[in-house]
Amino acid sequence: MTEAAVLSRAGLDELIAALIADGYRVVGPTRRDDAIVLAELGSGAQLPSGWGVDSAPGRYRLRRRADEAVFGHSAGSQSWKEFLHPARQLLWSADGDGFSPAPPARPEPVRQAFLGVRACDLAAIAKLGVVLGGGAHPDGAFARRREGLFVVAAGCTEPGGVCFCASMGTGPQPGPGYDLALTERIDSGGHRFIVEVGSAAGERVLSGLTRRGATGAEVDEARGAVEAAAAHMGRQMPAVDLRQLLADSRESPLWADVADRCLTCGNCTMVCPTCFCTSTEDTTDLTGEHAQRSQRWASCFEVDFSYLHGGSVRVSGASRYRQWITHKLSTWHDQFGSSGCVGCGRCIAWCPVGIDITAEAATLAELREASAAGEDEPGEQF
Amino acid sequence: MSADAVSAAVAPAGAGGETMLPVPHRVTGRLEETRDSVTLRLEPCGAALPPFAAGQFTMLCRPGVGEIAISISGDPTVADGSLTHTIRDVGAVSRALCQAQPGDVIGARGPYGTSWGLDTAVGRDLVIVAGGVGLAPVRPILLGALAARDAYRRIVLVAGARSPAELLFREQLAQWTSLPGVEVELTIDQPAADWDGAVGFVTEPLARLTLDPRQTIAFICGPEPMMRFSASVLLGQGVAAGDIRVSLERNMKCGVGLCGHCQLGPLLLCRDGPVLDYARVQSLLDVREL
Amino acid sequence: MSSSEELAGFALFDRLTAAQRALVAEAAREVTFTAGTRLFDEGQLASGCWLIRAGQVALETAVPGRGQVVVHTLGPGDVLGWSWLVPPHRWHFSATATGLVRAIQLETTQLLALADGDPALGYPLALGLFEVLLGRLQNTRSRLLDLYGSPRER
Repeated sequence: MTEAAVLSRAGLDELIAALIADGYRVVGPTRRDDAIVLAELGSGAQLPSGWGVDSAPGRYRLRRRADEAVFGHSAGSQSWKEFLHPARQLLWSADGDGFSPAPPARPEPVRQAFLGVRACDLAAIAKLGVVLGGGAHPDGAFARRREGLFVVAAGCTEPGGVCFCASMGTGPQPGPGYDLALTERIDSGGHRFIVEVGSAAGERVLSGLTRRGATGAEVDEARGAVEAAAAHMGRQMPAVDLRQLLADSRESPLWADVADRCLTCGNCTMVCPTCFCTSTEDTTDLTGEHAQRSQRWASCFEVDFSYLHGGSVRVSGASRYRQWITHKLSTWHDQFGSSGCVGCGRCIAWCPVGIDITAEAATLAELREASAAGEDEPGEQF
Repeated sequence: MSADAVSAAVAPAGAGGETMLPVPHRVTGRLEETRDSVTLRLEPCGAALPPFAAGQFTMLCRPGVGEIAISISGDPTVADGSLTHTIRDVGAVSRALCQAQPGDVIGARGPYGTSWGLDTAVGRDLVIVAGGVGLAPVRPILLGALAARDAYRRIVLVAGARSPAELLFREQLAQWTSLPGVEVELTIDQPAADWDGAVGFVTEPLARLTLDPRQTIAFICGPEPMMRFSASVLLGQGVAAGDIRVSLERNMKCGVGLCGHCQLGPLLLCRDGPVLDYARVQSLLDVREL
Repeated sequence: MSSSEELAGFALFDRLTAAQRALVAEAAREVTFTAGTRLFDEGQLASGCWLIRAGQVALETAVPGRGQVVVHTLGPGDVLGWSWLVPPHRWHFSATATGLVRAIQLETTQLLALADGDPALGYPLALGLFEVLLGRLQNTRSRLLDLYGSPRER
């Protein structure tokens, strides 16, 4: 394993330039419209230097930091899924008299480099990989986008207001899957990045940059700063087996309570880095000689998501919320072998009414306990 | 910034064995079964789909209109690349498929899903319970079993429909009724002037059967409440929940486990179903709006 | 007179003891109806209960313009006729054998006397009939759901 290195702030700009020169489309955080927005980077100058994020249930604001950190913010509304699993894709088109559907011929840039992928989002990319790439019928387009991917992870030293990656076991230390991992440090030693190498591709890219070797102490200090973040998370999931909790809670009184608050707007599913559901749309032109099918993101909160035999199976808001949280925390295990949640907290920040998935899970746990206690001692009221 | 100045090694987004690409099939046969159901026979324009097992479905598409999951209703022992589907006109896409005429080209993807598992019912009594258009997905069971009649003990078909005019495969039902090795019990829900057979819900002739519960494998297909009520009767007769197989249905967009629509609790019906044993799904079917 | 064992084949009598079944058997006898035989008419005073062993019985009512409408058919194992148990003690439908029917006919006046005289027999007998009724109601409600109807009609 290659030794860790230290890049200066200028070194980060060099990294971006090198990746672009190498043919990558570099995507990273920028500041736009009062938010952190993932966009294509032309240079390091576009990074959101000195901008931080205040997030809370139903709230997201940028704030000016005292330093010029480029990764000193927590997740914006987008996640990396839109670059791997785009919101709209053409699946096939067919022209002429016969029916010969063909996939889109226009090549799209496949080699992307993601700059600044947090531990939660790195875990999310892996989970999407299992869902979209790990089944009997993999999504070819997703597989190709992921195959060409270069990932520069970023360790978090300041948990965001809605983060809970530590209790989901996905962070704040980035897990495997990165080519390079950066931990940003700004102190008397200057503005620099401790770089750890995760792959041969990462090593190759790093070897072309101006850098110096990191000392053991520097690496330990950087790792320590990230681990310390785990102890400062603003929220966490209840310490129970979430998979079993949701399986036990199908008839919980919580669902009616959530339904009074949830607008079924679907924001949570749009911002969630692992929500993957799609719908297809078949269209034709007026002559009928051109037909095509496209795929778009869908949400289990859509009333028609479960459309069957003239109506929908899940009509009530309560059932749709139950479906979303149960899939995310519980049945994802049955279907894909792990939890679907990475603890990024986006669903909490971007819920217009501030529903907090960790609070709902905690309430489910309390209700389950109360109901079990009620069964043991008949007649006792809580 | 021109993002397209990339290296030459870029593949078209959908090339290479894309699972969402329909395979063109020509309609070579069309039979109007009832006033709103049609059986289509399809033959591949080029390469055929892999052979299917009884219980599986394909995603059928009318170009420009849409795509839906339809169970295969043909003979699984005839592996000639043709597909037979019985479709009921209940929406835009099914209507477009029902209107397809011989010569029209439609798309098919599949076969997908789990099968009725005839091979695991060898040596047993087959009790097939069908309600309405549920007779279509179970027809392959009958055809497959009759092709190897000696492999099974009793073969019983109990089929319910709203009225005589809405029974599918009437000619075939008449043939099976006259076969000595098959017991057929038909019943209709609504009184009909030209019918001297049984009038009653499908669970009624089912309940009248004298079964050897330990020897029975049951296959149920139809509207979900009908499947629940029929399973309840069979359980009451001593058939084990693990020996009762149902074919479940939910909204499907991809059929291959990528779109998330067909979930029923922990199950993805396109992959874990549509055929499932009742022991596994009974508790799920009891939860409203799951 | 039918034997107690023959009655044991009908779930209706599951709650009775063998001795009680033997008592009921004294009110029972084997009967056969040829195709087309009208067993009872709608509106008639209700007397008699049949345990069908073979064949099919059609329950029907007359609907002007539609003729005789068969609302339900019963077959082997089914119980035909319970309107004798409660007022107004009149048949609600007519019953016709659609083919050869073999059944056990119960003499209900005798049965009622037995039940009235001994609640320990009357109660389980009534429960048995109730159970039959429950099943009949469930099946009727299932038909009312019109499960095989098309979404286009709703």
